[in-house]
Amino acid sequence: MIAPIVALAIAALVPLVVRNEYYLQILTQAYVFAISACGLNVILGLAGQLSLAHSAFFGIGAYAVALLATKAGVPFWFGLPAGVLLCSAAGYVIGSICLRSRGHYFAIFTLAVGIIIHLVIQKWESLTHGHIGVIGIPGPGPLGPLTFDSSVARSYLALFFLALTVAATARLMRSPIGRTLMAVRESEALAGAVGLDVMAAKRMAFTISVALAGLAGGLFAGFIGFLGPESANVEMTFNTLLYVMVGGMGSLSGPVAGTFIVYGLSQVLAVLQHYQMVIFGLALVLLIRFMPSGLAGAWRSR
Amino acid sequence: MTLLETRGLSKSFGGLRAVDGVDFSVTAGSLTGIIGPNGAGKTTLFNLISRALPATSGQIVFDGRDVTRLQSHQVARRGMGRTFQATTLFADATTLENVLVGYRQRTTSGLFDAMVRSGRLAREEREAEAAARESLKSADLAQVADRPAKSLTQEQQKRLAMAVALVSRPKMLLLDEPFAGINANQSRGLIALIESIAATGITILLIEHQMQVVMQLCRRIMVLDYGKKIAEGTPQEIRTDPAVLDAYLGGHA
Repeated sequence: MIAPIVALAIAALVPLVVRNEYYLQILTQAYVFAISACGLNVILGLAGQLSLAHSAFFGIGAYAVALLATKAGVPFWFGLPAGVLLCSAAGYVIGSICLRSRGHYFAIFTLAVGIIIHLVIQKWESLTHGHIGVIGIPGPGPLGPLTFDSSVARSYLALFFLALTVAATARLMRSPIGRTLMAVRESEALAGAVGLDVMAAKRMAFTISVALAGLAGGLFAGFIGFLGPESANVEMTFNTLLYVMVGGMGSLSGPVAGTFIVYGLSQVLAVLQHYQMVIFGLALVLLIRFMPSGLAGAWRSR
Repeated sequence: MTLLETRGLSKSFGGLRAVDGVDFSVTAGSLTGIIGPNGAGKTTLFNLISRALPATSGQIVFDGRDVTRLQSHQVARRGMGRTFQATTLFADATTLENVLVGYRQRTTSGLFDAMVRSGRLAREEREAEAAARESLKSADLAQVADRPAKSLTQEQQKRLAMAVALVSRPKMLLLDEPFAGINANQSRGLIALIESIAATGITILLIEHQMQVVMQLCRRIMVLDYGKKIAEGTPQEIRTDPAVLDAYLGGHA
């Protein structure tokens, strides 16, 4: 119980010390991507299903906020829950179909679904402006006395949502539902034989997972102010997957730590442009060889 | 009173009739054995009854209801527990967690309860843990409750698989080769456990290869060969049945 409070306290102090605008923006984005990574961890780490459609739902959440605000004048604070709801509904329906397949087939199926959603966003120019993207997305407006115009305030807002995500995931993991997902991950045959509705459990995990992706996407759109279809592409999914794997699938804090390490490193190595993938590729191979359960796994078995 | 009945139950895999028109019934409270040579369709029959596999044709009636079209978890919730031939457990979870999962079907807390940590959740968690500890005690596993299931001995794993199936208090328990891979000494303990389960009134149907064990445990035996029921009766009747001798000794038809 101590470790998360210490981590939260340190995180809360950082913006008071680091006053550099650029670093604060990177920090805020790391929080947002960590929320998405926590979401992927629910379906991948807890339920054991590799979904490769994850960033497509990040895109749906982001575009929902962006388009509701720019086309219909819906404020961020209404657009964000609307985006999360839209993602959940889409996730429930798409999950019901995709989850009929298992293992590699599920991964391939969701990869295709992710590509299709990305293409729809990219090609539906009358709605999304295609490659040009959406510009001038209004950020979060004031909530009572709280305003979110400064980078510091926005970083705190992102941190708040991340803390909420981690707390909710912790409760999920330590509940009978967490055990049900563990059962589904370890043996679907036995889970069914002891009376667990395997399909319903996987569908719930998928829906929660994409709802968190949508939340992250919505925050991303509101904070950055502009949005292009690349926010929903497959590369984003694989980045998120890297965060989760480096941190440790199925652990609570692993995906958050993984996001900070990999995303932080990718900012440091940004000068290398695409060549940084050579470094990440090698690092991933070494990681899977020597730390298959990620940093969290290595920490537990130290 | 009949607890389970199959009528013309069949399963085809491509051209192979793995289970072929089996009419079979199990009396409530009985301890029945299914025997037959390798590949006779015993495990397939279990998978059909527990709805792990869809039947090609025929009907399954369990506890007075047609369950032929239900899913496996729905049949399980009506009171049918089972174990698997290759002992199947949630390997990385602890012994206690394995049994807790077995109890989950009797609780109703959902996502909302987990998020707000409702009173119902707390009550059901206490109830589940009490039932799980009780179940571990009767399977003589209380002392390994916090060990990962994969670290238990083969024989302990078999008892744990039974405890997982029994914690929800099913009406019927299907045991798929409970004695496979354990020595004669350990078999005695397992026989005693199965007899004590039967003594509580739970109907048991078991598949077994070792003839002497089946003869000792079961009052009724059904013999499968090439997917068909070739004999049914008491151990004495089965021992002298010409069709059974033929199937096992490979005599000429």
